[in-house]
Amino acid sequence: MWSWVAHRITGVGIFFFLLVHVLDTALVRVSPAAYNEVIGTYKNPIIGLLEVGLVAAILFHAFNGIRLILVDFWAKGPRYQRQMMIGVGVVWVVLFVPFVIRHLSHVFGG
Amino acid sequence: MTTPEIAQPRSSTRAVSLKGGGRNRSGQTNFELYSWLFMRLSGLALVVLVLGHLFVNLMLGGGITALDFGFVAGKWANPLWQVWDLLMLWLAMLHGTNGLRTITNDYAEKDQTRFWLKALLITASIVIVVLGTLVIFTFDPCLDPSSTLSVCSK
Ligand code: HEM
Repeated sequence: MWSWVAHRITGVGIFFFLLVHVLDTALVRVSPAAYNEVIGTYKNPIIGLLEVGLVAAILFHAFNGIRLILVDFWAKGPRYQRQMMIGVGVVWVVLFVPFVIRHLSHVFGG
Repeated sequence: MTTPEIAQPRSSTRAVSLKGGGRNRSGQTNFELYSWLFMRLSGLALVVLVLGHLFVNLMLGGGITALDFGFVAGKWANPLWQVWDLLMLWLAMLHGTNGLRTITNDYAEKDQTRFWLKALLITASIVIVVLGTLVIFTFDPCLDPSSTLSVCSK
């Protein structure tokens, strides 16, 4: 149940981020200066932390999504619900931790 | 003791037994089935497209500190990244829009509200997909005549 709620919330969050992300990237058609200026305003600790949250959400949605797909299409999927949920958690940690270390060292000027 | 036979969800035998007519009886289409399948197929493709995108842009090289116009120009000089980004744009937007359509159907109870929310959703999505597609196809690394990028000096 909670994983379904989290899948929804992360899905919606990623979608609205994507709308803004296409808009900011579209500035490359306006001028290099306009693009660089807006991307420049993203390079601060607050946005840096929001990016960490975004990646956390994407990683959860992606691997929980794979779990949902396996439950639906793999004959033994429903039987291994619990194991797969743990798998989602493990993969999430394994990818998230290196990301946070690398990203925050960029954000906080490593 | 015998195990009762349980049909696969959405299998036609189940539909027959539940509704006594199969899925495609008059006025019903397979739209929701295809939409369900699309969410799963696009999801699988997006794992590679989105995680690859994040890895190349945020983990390799200088990560976020290296992102600027020149970085974008460098990536889109390669047709692989143009196709990658185009596919990612279309699949993520269709997947996300379809997901929000489901959520709207779930929570907006009044017909009017549902209609207008979905109209807004679809309008916004079309604008973003068209804009994003145009940006990828019409990108010009030498937009600024005084550009110092190497591709612009002949
Ligand atoms: C990274 C790979 C992704 C995978 C594996 C994935 C997987 C899935 C799956 C399987 C569903 C269907 C859930 C269901 O039918 O019950 C779903 C729903 C959804 N996804 Fe994704 N997705 C991914 C990326 C994205 C992205 C990039 C967005 C946003 C643009 C997004 C937004 C949504 C939304 C809004 C829903 C609807 C949630 C609901 O109905 O509760 N997903 N995802």
